[in-house]
Amino acid sequence: MQTTEHVVEGARHLRGRYAIVGVGETTYTRGAGMTTRALACWAIRSAIQDAGLTPHDVDGMLAYQLGDSITSTFVAGDLSIRPSFFMDVYGGGSSTEALVGLAMGAIEGGMCSTVVIYRAMNGYSQSRVGGAGRAETAIVGEQLHERPYGWSTPGQLFAPSFMRHMYEYGTRPEQVAMVRVAHSRHASNNPKALHRKRVSVEEVLASRMICTPLHLLDCCVETDNATAIVVTSIERARDLRHPPAVILGVVGRTCKPRADMHYQYGPITTVAAKWAAPRLWNGAGLGPEDVDVTGSYDAFTFTTMLQLEDYGFCTKGEGGAYVSSGTIELGGRRPNNTSGGHLCEGYTHGVSMVVENVRQLRHDADDSCPIGADGRRAHTYDYREGGCRQVRNVNVTANLGWGTPAYGSALVMARTD
Amino acid sequence: MAATGQYLGMTLSIADLDSDNAAYFRFCAQGELRLQRCQTCELMRYPPGPACPWCAGSAFEWVPLSGRGIVYSYTEIRHPVQPAFRAHVPYLALLVELDEQRGMPTEHEAIRMIGNLATPDAALAPPELVRVAGIGSRVRVVFAPAGPDIAIPLWTLDPREPADAMPWRYPEQSS
Repeated sequence: MQTTEHVVEGARHLRGRYAIVGVGETTYTRGAGMTTRALACWAIRSAIQDAGLTPHDVDGMLAYQLGDSITSTFVAGDLSIRPSFFMDVYGGGSSTEALVGLAMGAIEGGMCSTVVIYRAMNGYSQSRVGGAGRAETAIVGEQLHERPYGWSTPGQLFAPSFMRHMYEYGTRPEQVAMVRVAHSRHASNNPKALHRKRVSVEEVLASRMICTPLHLLDCCVETDNATAIVVTSIERARDLRHPPAVILGVVGRTCKPRADMHYQYGPITTVAAKWAAPRLWNGAGLGPEDVDVTGSYDAFTFTTMLQLEDYGFCTKGEGGAYVSSGTIELGGRRPNNTSGGHLCEGYTHGVSMVVENVRQLRHDADDSCPIGADGRRAHTYDYREGGCRQVRNVNVTANLGWGTPAYGSALVMARTD
Repeated sequence: MAATGQYLGMTLSIADLDSDNAAYFRFCAQGELRLQRCQTCELMRYPPGPACPWCAGSAFEWVPLSGRGIVYSYTEIRHPVQPAFRAHVPYLALLVELDEQRGMPTEHEAIRMIGNLATPDAALAPPELVRVAGIGSRVRVVFAPAGPDIAIPLWTLDPREPADAMPWRYPEQSS
């Protein structure tokens, strides 16, 4: 009858053994005007070039999708990659960090030596994650307990958890709206972001209600884009173009008990992060207080808050105060989603937030700061609109990947020079 | 024979192989809320499924419930995505905690069922009812017919058992 508690050692013996060495992305747009295959090629080519590698150096591929994208073998052929190993997995949010761990495992297992991970999606113009614009098909199987109730989009499915948090802890709409406000300020310093306009708490709360407690501006954008990262061993990483983003710890798609999203296991205000956190921090050999920048998955303002709580960045129940205190903003103690994240930059099911943290660790955020004579961006650390978004002296980042309230992944990276 | 039904213009289909859902919705069509109870550990489970979430046991029996509970959480949906609900906003998706098996087998566990707020005759609740229900509201099950072997369980306010306090509702902004 007792729920088994797993041993939470984390992969200490792999700490510091692998790194992300290349990142690539397309534009973040609505109406990319090309296939997911073309988008994938663009992002992967860019990531491989960024690493200072050629396609022939890449011998592993991992991709994820929801039946809405091209699979690895086509893209490998397009780009002259001959994989010794590939997997296309079914999944959305929280796949990114999990696949970083699987890439390490594939290399450790001798199946390949350098892995590209990608997600390509026409999330606005072809296949919208919430199902908007889709005709109603026959309702079968597990859906019989969801769709007949008009309960089917991520916002509708997660809302009971968010509402109960407000009820139990007194969390207020204007506190949580500050997540959008902070991310919009970050996005205003990100020339790539879809929404670069700064918004106020009042604007978030005045935007139309989608389903309580989610206003339109509490919800992420839908965009067309592809994003890619390159993972390899620390030995190879040392010879490449950029300072490596060294992987200290990773957890992949850790579940609460009863992960079927019917909220049988409470408190429903506690999310999977609580179960993932011990393995993450034990594996990484540090804790939340050591983290300089977070990338907490912002499918909704509330998902960022809940994860920051359950990974231990603040006391449980005080997430509303934490996200509205200035801590998560550029210039604050621990900025979150410095690119603007899924709320503002674009929606890529998580890869883009890892891309951003890799750039933060390189001290090379691609903002509008001038490029100096040495070819490097001269960061001003002036975070006013249109300015800098590089955080000073970043050494450790954490990515917190949300799938549902019931499962998630995380990744801790560091600069080790 | 596979069961099929129509509800709010949506087609529902239960395959022959899906014996758990077939039995659940057949009981609903007969006006009964029944759930599977494990014959090993005696815990009931929701949604229907082939094994016990606590002991992995396969043997079970269908047992009747009172069909009464309390709203544990909810969302008021104002922007419809599924075409069937365009004519019905705003509507409430309730997470109802049943009176049976609350706090079992651990403190924060319970049988919690999703369903819409409805009138006593199982029509989706009109705006004046949507405005009064919230966390803490007492509700009882009603069934919306969808076919010979399928009915959809919904929840209606239960005036016989007033809530202890005013139900908690999302604080609307004046701005």
